[in-house]
Amino acid sequence: MSATQEERAPGMPRARLARAWLRYAVEPYLYLSPALLLICFVMLIPLAIGISYAFQSINLLRPFDAGFIGLENFEALAGDGRFWTALTNTFWWTFGSVTLQFLLGLGLALLLSTRFHGKRLVQALVFLPWAVPTFLTALTWSWLFNPVIGPLPHWAAAVGLLSEPYNILANPDTALWGPVLANVWYGVPFFAITLLAALQSIPSELYEAAEIDGASPWQCFTKITLPFLGPMIAITVMLRAIWIANFADLIFVMTGGGPANSTQILATYVFTTAFRKLDFGYASAIAVALLGVLMVYAVILLVVREKLVRV
Amino acid sequence: MAALRRTPPALVAGKYAAIAAYVAFALFPLYWLLKIALTPDTLIFSDGTALWPSELTLDNFRTVIFQSDFMAYFRNSVTVSLSTAAATTLIAAAAGYAFSRFTFRGKRWVVALMLLTQMFPLLMIIAPIYKLVAAIGLLNSLTSLIVVYTAFNIPFATFLMQSFFDGIPRDLEEAAMIDGCTRLQALRVVILPLTLPGLGATLGFVFTAAWSELLFALMLINSNDAMTFPVGLLTFVSKFSVDWGQMMAAGVLALVPSCLFFLFIQRYLVQGLTSGAVKG
Repeated sequence: MSATQEERAPGMPRARLARAWLRYAVEPYLYLSPALLLICFVMLIPLAIGISYAFQSINLLRPFDAGFIGLENFEALAGDGRFWTALTNTFWWTFGSVTLQFLLGLGLALLLSTRFHGKRLVQALVFLPWAVPTFLTALTWSWLFNPVIGPLPHWAAAVGLLSEPYNILANPDTALWGPVLANVWYGVPFFAITLLAALQSIPSELYEAAEIDGASPWQCFTKITLPFLGPMIAITVMLRAIWIANFADLIFVMTGGGPANSTQILATYVFTTAFRKLDFGYASAIAVALLGVLMVYAVILLVVREKLVRV
Repeated sequence: MAALRRTPPALVAGKYAAIAAYVAFALFPLYWLLKIALTPDTLIFSDGTALWPSELTLDNFRTVIFQSDFMAYFRNSVTVSLSTAAATTLIAAAAGYAFSRFTFRGKRWVVALMLLTQMFPLLMIIAPIYKLVAAIGLLNSLTSLIVVYTAFNIPFATFLMQSFFDGIPRDLEEAAMIDGCTRLQALRVVILPLTLPGLGATLGFVFTAAWSELLFALMLINSNDAMTFPVGLLTFVSKFSVDWGQMMAAGVLALVPSCLFFLFIQRYLVQGLTSGAVKG
């Protein structure tokens, strides 16, 4: 609106024009200023400070040791076995969660895009886990895995998955599955909702035409649905992966990174180092490393996206 | 769909079975939470893993509500979440309006900046925030949580509000302005009534997010008086890890406000999750 009005007013006096220009240049920033100020002071400035912490020694338990130490934190990081374990775990945590969430979410979206009785109620019920606070999701699932009050170990033992009903969160070999399962439960609605929205944007004439030509449902799915959803799927999955890699709540509450560091991901390692050891310098160095990993991933993501768009 | 009529009954049965499986998967953990909360303490070890408790009791809820600090935590959380939701919605509505109605210099940069805040690990700023908040003497105060949560939620809420404003035709306010309204009048008389559902949805999304935030609250709050519900519950769990009934009763209480808001924002889930793009 602003542009067209300015162009349409050649007869306007210069002063009024200037005032109008000022108004249109300044007014939006007037509306944006509270948001921008808060974001700057609470997120961007602390982000810069946080990056600078990575090159300092800041430990609240050793207040007199503070000061710039160059790359020492990163040298320590390179020799820190926990860090490399956390890096591998971050990959499996993200990969496992995203894959399962996506597959189950796609299934749910496909089901919800058909017609059946009681659909509104079903939709409300299956989306409910999204609304459950994450700390409660974590607690509930860790209780479900507890053989004293939870049924899951007994069921798993009954079908032969476990030799005896023990708590998988206490076993370093299986512990990561606990948070992954909780995360799947929590995240399926997100994928189902976004994919459902995408499914509804596919023109129904395509399916009608395919049906007239005698296509089977499977052919419809692989030849119409998947190609249409493709770009949307790629973008959602990739962005979601970043979010999940940063998602520390579930693991922190369920296992705290243990047993024996077997569920520690980079995000929880940052938090436990800052929160339990109060070693802000080292925590920031891990966080910077995590940021680096995510940036490499984002570059790969952009390249892949370029390829996808071109095809 | 015409195809449905011709699908063989086995497939239809399979579909309903799959739907039932999804519903069961979604509800089972919550059912279990409620079940243990309603099981009397004395029966936990005999009934703990049974599908249905042999006796029901409200004792756990009674203890949690009347004989523990949970109601204080609950109040703190309500204060923090409601204030965050109100402040965020107000600020984000203004910013979303600017995004939706103006093309201005630097817009791309502002949008990029907001997207950036959604991408980097939030835990990166937990240490600097702690030091800043400590420096201004606001540790253990709900105000610091409100300010921090408001900032965290603004980018997502702004995009959400923008999508709601985009849905309202510009002609409406232009017509009002041609008829002699100022922009603010047009905003109040024409736009505000139409955005009420959008404002409500944003309020709901932000409330839910603030209600479940744990890690920053753990870092910034450690006095019992100022604990939010998640922090209080986690402290309780680490102290009394065998009071199953009470822990779960408290868990059920934590679920109530989010579920109420969920019922309310359910209709806007698609818009909320797709415009936030990365927000879960």
